[in-house]
Amino acid sequence: MSNAVSALNGLTAAGDVTVKEAGLRGMITLRGDFSSRKFKNICTELSGMGFPEQGKANCDGDRGLCWMSPDEILLLVAHDDVAESLTKIEKALKGQHYLAANVSDARAQISVSGPFAREVIAKLAPADLHPDHFQPGDFRRTRLGQVAAAFWLTETGAIEIICFRSVADYTFRLLAASAKAGPVGYFTV
Amino acid sequence: MLVLHCPYCGVDVDETDLHGGGEAHLTRHGPGSSDDEFHDYLFQRANPKGVHFERWRHVYGCGKYFHAARCTMTLEVFGTYSAQTLEPPQEIKDAIMAKRPDWTGGAKS
Repeated sequence: MSNAVSALNGLTAAGDVTVKEAGLRGMITLRGDFSSRKFKNICTELSGMGFPEQGKANCDGDRGLCWMSPDEILLLVAHDDVAESLTKIEKALKGQHYLAANVSDARAQISVSGPFAREVIAKLAPADLHPDHFQPGDFRRTRLGQVAAAFWLTETGAIEIICFRSVADYTFRLLAASAKAGPVGYFTV
Repeated sequence: MLVLHCPYCGVDVDETDLHGGGEAHLTRHGPGSSDDEFHDYLFQRANPKGVHFERWRHVYGCGKYFHAARCTMTLEVFGTYSAQTLEPPQEIKDAIMAKRPDWTGGAKS
C-alpha cells in the first residue's frame, strides 16, 4: 500500500503564534437525518464525543464531531481508523438514507496556537471572533482570505482549521503571514 | 456591506460568504406551460424600488439556500427565513409592515 502523506507533511512556522500543519487526520463526511437515533449513536460511538449542537464542534485530540450544516457532520477519527469506521457506519445505518465519504486525503488540518491566535484568524475571516461571541467549542465555516475553511477554538485557546488539501499551501502561508504581522490588539484577552 | 442571518447555521453572515440567487418565490413553469409563461418564468423579474424578496446561498458555510426580505433602496434587511416555503412567513410580513406601512404585500410593487 502506498505511503500516506499529509498535504504539507507537518510544516511549521514558529513564532509568537505558531502555525503548524497537523499531519494525517482521518475525516469522514457524514450526511443524514440528525433526528435519527441510529445516526447520532454511530457518531458518538466512533468519535467518543457528544453529538454537537448547531454551530458547535466537540473535539478532543484527533477525534471529534463538527457540525457542518443541518444535515452534515464531519467525523474526525485517527487516520488509520477510517476504513473500519466506514464499515461500522455502513452497518449501523443500513436501510437509512445517508452518505458517508472518506475525505481524509482531500483535506488538510492546520493548528494555530499562541497568545493572539484569535486575531490571526480574525484578520482573515469575515466572522465575529470576539471572545464574548466565539468561545471554545464554537465551530464556524467561512472563508480565510480567498478560500473556504472551517475552524474551531479548543479549550487551550488554539484554533484548529480545516481546509481543502488543494489550497493547504495557500492557507498555511496566509496564516503564517498573519501570525508574523503580529497582534492587532483589538481583542483584550 | 450586507450582513444576513443564516437561518440554518444561526449565525450572521457577511455578504462575501454568500452568493445571490435572484428573486424568491418564483412560480416554475415547465413542460406543458405556454410559451409566454415559460418566457416570463425564465426572464421576467421584479425590479422594485423598495421591498424585495431574494434567495441567497450560504456558499462558504452550510451550502443551503435561504430567503431574505430586503429594501433595495435603503439596503435595510427585514429578516431572513427558510427557503422551504411558498410565501414569506407572517413575522416577516409583520416586520415589513412595521417599517413600510404602505407596503401592498407583493414583491412586485
